[in-house]
Amino acid sequence: MLEGLLIGLSTAFSLTNLAMVIGGCLIGTFIGMLPGLGPMSIIAIMIPIAISIGDPSAALILLAGVYYGAIFGGSTSSILINAPGVASTVATSFDGYPLARQGKAGKALTVAAISSFSGGTIGAILLMIFAPMLANVALLFQSPEYFGLMVVGLSAIAAFAGTGNVAKALLMTLLGLIMATVGEGALFNLPRFTMGIMDLQSGFGFITLAMAMFALPEAMYLVLDPSRSETEGGSNEIKDLRITRDEAWSIAPVIGRQSIQGFLIGVLPGAGATIASFLGYAVERNIASKEEQEQFGKGSIKGLAAPESANNAACTGSFVPLLTLGIPGSGTTAILLGALVALNVTPGPRLMIDEPQIFWAVIVSMYLGNLILLILNLPLIPYIAKILAVPRNYLIPFILFFTLMGAYIGQNNATELMILVGFGVVATVLRFADYPLAPLLIGFILGSMLEDNFSRSMQLFGGINFILERPMTLGLLIIAALLVVVPSYRARRARARAEGAADGD
Amino acid sequence: MALDRWIALAILMICMAYGYTAFFTMDASLPPFMQRNPVWPSTFPKVLSVLAILSALVVVLGLEKADSDEPKAMDINYRKLHEYNLTQALGLLALMVAYALLLRPAGFLIATTGFLVLGSTILGERKFHVMIPIALFAAVFIWYLVQEVLGIFLRPWPFFMGV
Repeated sequence: MLEGLLIGLSTAFSLTNLAMVIGGCLIGTFIGMLPGLGPMSIIAIMIPIAISIGDPSAALILLAGVYYGAIFGGSTSSILINAPGVASTVATSFDGYPLARQGKAGKALTVAAISSFSGGTIGAILLMIFAPMLANVALLFQSPEYFGLMVVGLSAIAAFAGTGNVAKALLMTLLGLIMATVGEGALFNLPRFTMGIMDLQSGFGFITLAMAMFALPEAMYLVLDPSRSETEGGSNEIKDLRITRDEAWSIAPVIGRQSIQGFLIGVLPGAGATIASFLGYAVERNIASKEEQEQFGKGSIKGLAAPESANNAACTGSFVPLLTLGIPGSGTTAILLGALVALNVTPGPRLMIDEPQIFWAVIVSMYLGNLILLILNLPLIPYIAKILAVPRNYLIPFILFFTLMGAYIGQNNATELMILVGFGVVATVLRFADYPLAPLLIGFILGSMLEDNFSRSMQLFGGINFILERPMTLGLLIIAALLVVVPSYRARRARARAEGAADGD
Repeated sequence: MALDRWIALAILMICMAYGYTAFFTMDASLPPFMQRNPVWPSTFPKVLSVLAILSALVVVLGLEKADSDEPKAMDINYRKLHEYNLTQALGLLALMVAYALLLRPAGFLIATTGFLVLGSTILGERKFHVMIPIALFAAVFIWYLVQEVLGIFLRPWPFFMGV
C-alpha cells in the first residue's frame, strides 16, 4: 500500500494534475451551487475537455474534482435558498435552510464545509484501505439484494419524512416510482404510459422534477408570503462563521458515524450519495435524544452534519465499485466509466495491477481536493452567500429564471419548461396540504433502478420466488415493512393512550 | 373534507387509471415472445398501482390521523389563500409559461431580459434604471457562460435574425 501511495503522490503532485484538482474543484463548486446543474450534467459536459487532455489519470482527477466539488457546492444552495441542485443535498436543506432562516447561515455553511471535508477525507482513507476488500463484499450482492436494499432505502425515507404521517409519505414515494415508469424502460424498450405524447417518450427529466418539487414551491411561498424572506434577527449577513466547542463536540461523533456509514452505502452499486444522505439523516434522527429529535427539521446542526458527511463519503465510496469492479454505482460514476473507456482504460479488478498510478493518483487527489475545497470555501463563504443580501424583488425573478434554465439546459426542450411549471403548481398545492415532497423525488430517482433489479431478479429466478430463495432479500424486505408499519403503530398507540388519559377521570 | 384528503382522492383516481392501464390495456400490445418472460413491462406497474391505491385509501379514509390539524407557524394556511399575494404568484406563473413559449422564437437574450424585468415589475419593483441594466448584463453573461464555456447551444437572437 505504501508503494502505491508513493506512486500516487508522485503522479498527483505533477503540475498538470494539481491544476486539474484545483480547476475541477472550483468548476464543481460553482456549478453545483447553481440550482439545477447537478454533478451528472456538468461531468457529462466536461467529458470532451477531459478526453482532450489525453492522460487518463489527469482526466479522472479532473472529473472526480468536479464531482465532489459539485456535491460541496450543492449544499451551499440547499442551505441558502433551499434549492438543492443535486439530489444528494436534498437532506441538507432539511436543517440547513431553517438555520439560514434563523440568521445562522454562516454557522450552517461552516458545519456543512467541515462535515463535507471530514466525510470526503475519511471516505478517501477508507477507499484506500478497503477498496480491494470491499470489492468482495459487493460481489456477494445480486439483483435480488439490490432490490431489497432499495426497498429498505425507500421505506426508511417514507418513514422519516412523514412524521406521524407515514401514509402520506408512502403515497408520495409510490407516486415518484409511478412517475419513473413513464417513458421507455431500459429493460423492455417499450414506451409505457406516454399517452401518445412524444415528449414523454424519454420520461420526465430528473432536474425538471427536482426544480418543480423544491425550488418553485419555495419561490411561490416567498411570493405569497413576503414575511418569509425576512430572516428573524435582522440582516441576512453571514457574520458568525464560527462554531462553538460544544457544537464541535456534538457533531464529531455524527460525522464519524456518517462518514463510515455513507462510505459503505456508497460502495453498494445503486445506493449512492442520495440514499446515504437520507439514511444518514434518518439514523441520526432516530438515535438522537428526545430534545434533539425535536430540533431536527427546525435547524439542528446534527441534522445538517449527518447528510453532509454521508453524501461526501458516499461520493468517494462510489468510486470503489467503479475502480475495482468496473461497475458504476451511480449515474455520475457511469459517466466517469464512459470517460475512462473513451481513454482506453478499462476499470476493473485488473486496474490496480496494470495501471496502479491511475488508482492511487485518484485517491491522493481526493485528499488534496477536499483540502482545497475547505481552504477555498471557508474564507469565500461570506462572499458566496451575498446572494441572500440581494433584495427580494431581484432575487425571486432570478431564482425562477435559474429553475427554468436548469430544466432547459438539461433537456434543451421548451416542453420541459411547461412540465416544470405544471409540476411546480402541483407541488405547491401538495405543500399546502402538508405532503412531503422529498420522497416523491427519491422514488422517482430510484424508480428505474428498482424496476431493473426487480425485473432482473424475476428473470433470473423465474418469478417471484427470488424473495424466498435469497434469505437476505427476504430479511431486507421484512426490515422495510417494519420501517413503515412500526412508526405509525407507535403513533397510533401513543394517541390512544393520550386519548384514554384525556377521557379518564 | 380537508385539502389533503381531496388531493389523496385525486391521486387515487390517477392511480386507478394507471392500474387499469397496467392490468388491462398494456399487455395487449405485447409481442408473443415476450409473453413467455416471467416479467412483463406491466409487472412492476401492477405492483406499484396496488400499493399506491392502498396507501391513497388510507389517507382518503383518514385511517391514520395526523397529530395536529392546525397549520404550523411556518406554513401557509391555504384556507386564507386570498389574503396572500396570490395575484403576484399567478402573474409570475403566467410569465414563466410565456417565457417557455417565447424562448425559442424570441431568442434567449430578449426573452430572458424581458422575463427578469417583468418579473421584478410584477413584484413591485419600479427602479427600471437599475433593473434593466442588471437584467441585460445577467442575460448576456449567462448566455456567454452556457454557450461558450459549457458549449450548450442557446439561440441568442429572434428567429428571423438567423442562427
